[in-house]
Amino acid sequence: MEMQVSKKTSDAISSILYLDGVSVSFDGFKALNDLSFVVEPGQMQAIIGPNGAGKTTMMDVITGKTRPDEGEVYFRDNFDLTQLDEARIANLGIGRKFQKPTVFESHTVFDNLELSLKGDKGPFATLFASLTEMDRSRIEDVLETIRLSEKKDWLAGELSHGQKQWLEIGMLLMQDPELLLVDEPVAGMTDAETVQTAELLRLIAKTHSVVVVEHDMEFVRSLKCRVTVLHEGHVLAEGSLDKVSNDPQVIEVYLGR
Amino acid sequence: MRTHTLIASVLLCFLAICTRPTPVSADSAGELVSGIAQKSFSKKAAAVEKLASSGNENAALILNALMQGNLYRVKTDSTRVVLVLSEEGSLKISDPVTGAEFPSLTKSDLKKIRINNKVRSAIKAGLGRLDLTHIDPDRRLSAAAAVFKSGDPTMLPVLEELLSKEQDEHVKSAFKIAVASLQLINGQDKKIRLKAVETLQDAGGQEVKGLLSKAALQLATEKSEGSAEIAKAVEKALASVDRQLATYGMVENLFQGLSLGSVLLLAAIGLAITFGVMGVINMAHGEMVMIGAYTTYVIQETCRLYMPGVLDYSLIVAIPLAFLVSGLFGILLERSVIRFLYGRPLETLLATWGISLILQQFVRTIFGPTNKEVSTPSWLSGAWEITSGLSVTYNRLAIIVFALLVLFFLMLVLKKTLFGLQMRAVTQNRMMARSMGVRSASVDALTFGLGSGVAGMAGVALSQIDNVSPNLGQAYIIDSFMVVVFGGVGNLWGTLVGAGSLGIVNKFLEPYSGAVLAKILVLVAIILFIQKRPRGLFALKGRSVEG
Amino acid sequence: MPALSNNSTEKGPFVSLLADLPGGGKAFMGILLAATLYIIIGNVWIPADSFFHVPTYMVSLLGKYVCYALLALSVDLIWGYCGILSLGHGAFFALGGYAMGMYLMRQIGDRGVYGNPDLPDFMVFLNWQELPWYWFGFDSFIFAALMVMLVPGLLAFVFGWFAFRSRVTGVYFSIITQAMTYALLLAFFRNDMGFGGNNGLTDFKDILGFDLRADGTKIGLFCGSVIALLVGYLVCVYITQSKFGRVLIAIRDAESRARFTGYRVEFYKLTVFVISAVLAGIAGAFYVPQVGIINPSEFSPANSIEIVIWVAVGGRGTLWGAVLGAVLINWGKSYFTGALPDAWLYMLGGLFVFSTLVLPKGIVGTVPLWAEKIKRRIALKSSAADTGVK
Repeated sequence: MEMQVSKKTSDAISSILYLDGVSVSFDGFKALNDLSFVVEPGQMQAIIGPNGAGKTTMMDVITGKTRPDEGEVYFRDNFDLTQLDEARIANLGIGRKFQKPTVFESHTVFDNLELSLKGDKGPFATLFASLTEMDRSRIEDVLETIRLSEKKDWLAGELSHGQKQWLEIGMLLMQDPELLLVDEPVAGMTDAETVQTAELLRLIAKTHSVVVVEHDMEFVRSLKCRVTVLHEGHVLAEGSLDKVSNDPQVIEVYLGR
Repeated sequence: MRTHTLIASVLLCFLAICTRPTPVSADSAGELVSGIAQKSFSKKAAAVEKLASSGNENAALILNALMQGNLYRVKTDSTRVVLVLSEEGSLKISDPVTGAEFPSLTKSDLKKIRINNKVRSAIKAGLGRLDLTHIDPDRRLSAAAAVFKSGDPTMLPVLEELLSKEQDEHVKSAFKIAVASLQLINGQDKKIRLKAVETLQDAGGQEVKGLLSKAALQLATEKSEGSAEIAKAVEKALASVDRQLATYGMVENLFQGLSLGSVLLLAAIGLAITFGVMGVINMAHGEMVMIGAYTTYVIQETCRLYMPGVLDYSLIVAIPLAFLVSGLFGILLERSVIRFLYGRPLETLLATWGISLILQQFVRTIFGPTNKEVSTPSWLSGAWEITSGLSVTYNRLAIIVFALLVLFFLMLVLKKTLFGLQMRAVTQNRMMARSMGVRSASVDALTFGLGSGVAGMAGVALSQIDNVSPNLGQAYIIDSFMVVVFGGVGNLWGTLVGAGSLGIVNKFLEPYSGAVLAKILVLVAIILFIQKRPRGLFALKGRSVEG
Repeated sequence: MPALSNNSTEKGPFVSLLADLPGGGKAFMGILLAATLYIIIGNVWIPADSFFHVPTYMVSLLGKYVCYALLALSVDLIWGYCGILSLGHGAFFALGGYAMGMYLMRQIGDRGVYGNPDLPDFMVFLNWQELPWYWFGFDSFIFAALMVMLVPGLLAFVFGWFAFRSRVTGVYFSIITQAMTYALLLAFFRNDMGFGGNNGLTDFKDILGFDLRADGTKIGLFCGSVIALLVGYLVCVYITQSKFGRVLIAIRDAESRARFTGYRVEFYKLTVFVISAVLAGIAGAFYVPQVGIINPSEFSPANSIEIVIWVAVGGRGTLWGAVLGAVLINWGKSYFTGALPDAWLYMLGGLFVFSTLVLPKGIVGTVPLWAEKIKRRIALKSSAADTGVK
């Protein structure tokens, strides 16, 4: 399974993602409260936390969907994400997978990947775009990676839940992002699919920085990566899964329950 | 007790006016009238004056007859004056005071009483004076206004005399203003004139402004004692009256705006429920308003046919009935169409538009395309005069109060009743509410019924100020949507603020730009506003909204 | 499920466009051309007493339908493919119509009732002394033709710029487009606007030197409308078949996914909205000389909603379905308002309800759906056998 995704020269960069003192409140409710956290280049990081800990809001802030009330969010040290919209952030190299699998249901699997292809995404470019041989082979590669080569002509809406999750991850790969934000990738998957997904993510993490938000402890364990625990919009603990799962505070608010 | 005496006195007055002749004053009246028969014009004029100030009930009749040349003197008896009227071709000769006829007299026995200009003006003054002393205070008021308008200096002494006797406060102040106007224009005494300016300034109003401007012009050319000082006072008074008028104008605009706002509020509240709470775009909402208005019309007509006695109160009966009728239409609509379209707002929009076409045509088929008139009950007609020059009509006032009451009760229903709780529950999380045992289908239907019913009540109110026609609803639907969108969806306070501010802004723009342009400007402003705050003024924030 | 081919763009855009017309497109173009040909022959060469003769009034009526069809096409482009429901498209149509009407007005010259060579009749009537600045240039057909596209396009651009950038979507967008056309309705009713107030522009004499009442001109206008419709259709097909079109569908189905994939959704919406408005304007420009009048009622919100129902009945997202819907409903309207005037509104209202409840995909979308279901059942069986062979 060869990935054509090239690893960016990230030697000069100290962090891929940098959040400092980020707060967001909705009608008085603090979804994020002085959240600070850093993702280093090439790192895979899992984020866990109970419902309402602010995981999805954090994703919203990073991808430009929600503007923070205060705090700094930087991508690759010098892109201020609080000033950019979703499309610009996506084109900078941040890909996001939603909690609920979101694909273009009335397009084929192939078209879904083609639409995600990295490149000029302006209206005039697409109006006169045509597919090159290189693009086609890249799509074939990703189809292979996400195990959907057989179903490339299916409408995405006809895929199973798990396949949609994979298609969405495939779409992220087509974007060739430096950072992947993956929200609950194994929700609603069978055990076998979960194992395969963990494998896929570890593979991707070799060439990308990845942030995974997940509930499933077994799955997080199988990712073998650093873990950040969020609670009430704030970082509660950080470190290996073993370390954080022995943290008494974490046990109290999350694991202990 | 007081009312009894009041009624009694009114009755007495009535009798006094109706019954003629009045035996008590007949004698003295006879004397007065015979004075008119004198040859000398100046004596005639004096007699006219005397008659006019006598307080005799027939004085007006006699003076008018004199003016029209219907009074004759009997040649043989120079003191006997008779009234000659031609009735059905034959002459009717009678005593002007007693009404007794003289069948024996013929035209050849009579000589017309001639008048000249001096007498004529005496008659006019006399008639004016008669109105000024009329038993009906309204007549006195209008007579005072007439004097004010004519600026007839001969009325000054009369008015001054009457002013001291006048009991009615309203009439008294009218007299005062009239006196002051005459004093200012025609007076010579500086002190009196200054005092008059003061009185006029206190009175204010559009007419006073006109008079003061006239006085200012006159004073500019006048070379009498202290005219410069008076001119200065007039100028000051003019400025003050202008200020007062501007304030009244503001208040008037504000009221007009509130009135429009309350109409919009009534039309939009129901929409705020169906659109805001349920997320259903009901383009047939305007037709629910229209149905409410037609219900009002039907009830009025039924009352007129069967119970004319309670016609005045049919409007009150119409309120709950319009609520019910429109509400039932709403429930029917929800059950038959809208429930299949939840979660597809654009389709709902189209389907309900279709329904609005059907309902309009339905009403047109039954009632015809022409406007129906719903009359304003007597207890809502007229206006409340706050001060002179500033009044508000009762029906508009009633609509403002009604709109606020409806809003209040609706909030009560939403916040304090089980139904309201269930409704909010279903709005927030349908599945959860269902699993808690809320019958979401019936809650949907009832919520829709409630929104439509409120629209029906809006129809009752609109029937008072607008034509009841099949197109009634169409006129309000876009404005109502604007109110809801502007105020913020799902928030009744937002609807209140939205309706109020749209109404007021509209009315404040109107004087500068005209009604149509004001409306266009408001629409454009809202279109721009929605760009800035796509979720309205009082939008809910947070994650749940995004979905 | 066999996909529509992905490689359509490889053959060079235009050849492949005609070769790969989507579902029923070739048949549609064939029928349209054949019908046009027949109408011309039927009007010009078949004698008037023949059953097959097409009277001239019919040609103009059909020409009107063709304009409506182009208008419906423009609505389908944004609603069917990008999910933008505009309830104000009548405004773009009317603006195109007014631009053409202004040209026709200038062509009257001194043949008006007042015989004023410099001012249109209604301005003379209002005691205006000179032509307002925005009437300059409309003596030239080229200029007017440019304005036919530019004015609706510009309005759509400004309106869309504000609306899409602030992410006004769904029903909110629909409602403010309705408010937009309503505001224009009120504005054009004003005499001060200089567009003839409530009477609008009428009493046209000729276009490009041809007498508007002449049969030849009417046929020419009809042909022009058909050509506009065909070109409009091909433009829409090209757009929807391109990657751009697939992005539109992606936006329609999952707007935030499209954003996170890196598409500036607002630019896409704006582009397609402007294209659609220009098409609507062109439709209006062909409409006005054929009906002989343009007045503010074209701006009424009810008109704009009616356009949407043509598309809904025909089938949204099918392009030629919109054409079908426009022609069918307008034919029905002409027929029933004559035969059963009271029943028409019931029918139209019923159509709104019926099409949303029972025919959500419209005629064109629903009929093939049934056919496809049957086909697929057969295909599934055979493909199961095929994979065994492979």
